[in-house]
Amino acid sequence: MREIKYVEALNEALKEEMERDPDVILLGEDIGKEWQGAFKVTKGLEEIFGPERVRNTPISENSFVGCGVGAAMTGLKPVVEIMFGDLILLAMDQIINQAAKMRYMSGGQASVPIVIRTPFGSGGSYASHHSQSLEALFTHIPGLIVVQPSTPYDAKGLLKTAIRSIDPVMFFEHKFIYKKSGPVPEDEYLIPFGEADIKIEGSDLTIIATSMMVWHSIKVAKELKNEGISVEVVDPRTLVPLDKKTISDSVKKTGRALIVHEAVSRGGFSGEITKMIIDEAFDYLDAPIKTLGGLPTPIPFTPNLEKFVVPDPKRIKKAVIELVP
Amino acid sequence: MDEDLTDPQLLQMFEIMYKIRQFELTAYDLLGQNMIPGTLHTYAGEEAVATGVCLNLTDEDYVSSTHRGHGHCIAKGADINKMMAELFGKKTGYCKGKGGSMHITDFKVGMLGANGIVGAGIPIAVGAGLTCKLKYPGRVSVAFFGDGASNQGTFHESINLAAAWNLPVIFVCENNLYAMGTDIRKVTANPNIADRAIGYGIKGIIADGMDVLDVYKKAKEAIEHARNGGGPTLLECKTYRIKGHSRYDPALYRPKEEVEEWMKRDCITNFKEKILIGEKHIDQNVIHEIEQKIIRQIEQAVNFAKESPFPENSSALEDVYAEDLK
Ligand SMILES: Cc1ncc(C[n+]2csc(CCOP(=O)(O)OP(=O)(O)O)c2C)c(N)n1
Ligand SMILES: [Mg+2]
Repeated sequence: MREIKYVEALNEALKEEMERDPDVILLGEDIGKEWQGAFKVTKGLEEIFGPERVRNTPISENSFVGCGVGAAMTGLKPVVEIMFGDLILLAMDQIINQAAKMRYMSGGQASVPIVIRTPFGSGGSYASHHSQSLEALFTHIPGLIVVQPSTPYDAKGLLKTAIRSIDPVMFFEHKFIYKKSGPVPEDEYLIPFGEADIKIEGSDLTIIATSMMVWHSIKVAKELKNEGISVEVVDPRTLVPLDKKTISDSVKKTGRALIVHEAVSRGGFSGEITKMIIDEAFDYLDAPIKTLGGLPTPIPFTPNLEKFVVPDPKRIKKAVIELVP
Repeated sequence: MDEDLTDPQLLQMFEIMYKIRQFELTAYDLLGQNMIPGTLHTYAGEEAVATGVCLNLTDEDYVSSTHRGHGHCIAKGADINKMMAELFGKKTGYCKGKGGSMHITDFKVGMLGANGIVGAGIPIAVGAGLTCKLKYPGRVSVAFFGDGASNQGTFHESINLAAAWNLPVIFVCENNLYAMGTDIRKVTANPNIADRAIGYGIKGIIADGMDVLDVYKKAKEAIEHARNGGGPTLLECKTYRIKGHSRYDPALYRPKEEVEEWMKRDCITNFKEKILIGEKHIDQNVIHEIEQKIIRQIEQAVNFAKESPFPENSSALEDVYAEDLK
């Protein structure tokens, strides 16, 4: 199968969906031909679809997300790019009070088929306003779907599903996965929400990892294989809805669970997955569930501190070894 | 030109602008060499704005800044050693390496911080203006922000509030025509941001942001108005950046003729040649000495930054709360 980059996979998904459905439009800062998106996800799209459908917005996050909500309620299918995940915080009212609740508040009359995509995560010394992982905030809000693809394959299939979703989707892309490559078929495919993916099979312990941590965990699993520990890596891919069955079946099989995400551990989604495992697979556990996440700090600027506050393969490996006797 | 200004004052203006320019060109170089991690946004080209405004301020007055904040820091009197060390991510930097370019802050000189969020500094300056009004009458607060930021809700909400409460805040829009690759004329129908002032019931003034004397004079008027209880002013400075927006931006979205046109108006070269030498007949050696002094200071700052240590990992957990939460 051909290999393409994550950023290219996303670009293809946008292009195919815009070709398929003339109601799909793009909104965002610097997504047009001059800049092509801060991380180049929208490269070449204005050239194909024109400035009416690829709309470069002013720096007005709350208002252009709100504009997307209104457009979605009335028949368009906006895909909104927020230049950095941290900047979502400027649009919280439109996302949480408007988009998420619109169907409910209107007694089922309104649909808000909007996708809000955003790059997130640390690793480039972008400092505290450009590096956070905020996905857990949105998992708390009824009405939102929360997607966090880790590979080019998952990114393309899930973005296409997101664009066809009739409910609002928060779509988190890790900045430092954009340039990673992986197999993506030429033929069209969709990935349904709520289906976790087993990235590596194993029998001694399950790592449930998201986004960049999937890459780290795969690396660790490969290393540990040589040391005689068999690790299974499960990527939920969508946090809401969560594929409880695949995750809990895996834990039932291995008897041990380590949950890893880049976001600050406290209040992170690992707590929710822990609760789910306790509900579904408690009797099968051979060891306490362990979680590993970011330290409780903003993301610092300087490279050594920035690395220090988020989980890395070394720390993941250490946590696995502590759990497997 | 303004007859009130003495030769030493004019030379001071030159020195500050030159210092910002050298700091920025040096930092940009070091960024290219990856001595500075992450990204930074240079103020090169826009020096007349920060310089002309801040020369009317004291350390007691406040400024809030932007992602393009080095010029505001220097004009407000920040220490370039600590600034450079922060850009390098060193322990001796203003933020102990935790902030970097976009978060440099110096409370000692009233610099409330650069800011990574476009438009977020504007309400912060309004809050500082409220402090001035309630606790320190006579002090003022300045919000620097870009043309792009003027389309944030915070612009509207902040000016409205400051006007309604008659706060001593000067809103300085640095209109360099672009927000990253977005031409302001494509996202705003009226390219004169100052025209919006009338809607808030305050005065809007346009200054030539390439002319430090024009900025100085118009800022002086606005700042004195605020100090005397007259309330806010919206001061728009038309300016232009020399470099791209940040790292890796060749700025190809700017037409060549437009760039050339603005480069001819360079605030430092013109001020030096037309005013200092042409009108004031200041000895070129005096100017040259200032330039050499600044170049040495910048070299020292770079050495200071290079020789300083990175922070210890354990410091990552400090400064999250005032005291450790157990
Ligand atoms: C709220 C927010 N949106 C978007 C960005 C990304 N961004 C950083 S600088 C910038 C352009 C700002 O333009 P302007 O206000 O004109 O300032 P200039 O860079 O021209 O000085 C953008 C879009 C951001 N940092 N914060
Ligand atoms: Mg600008």
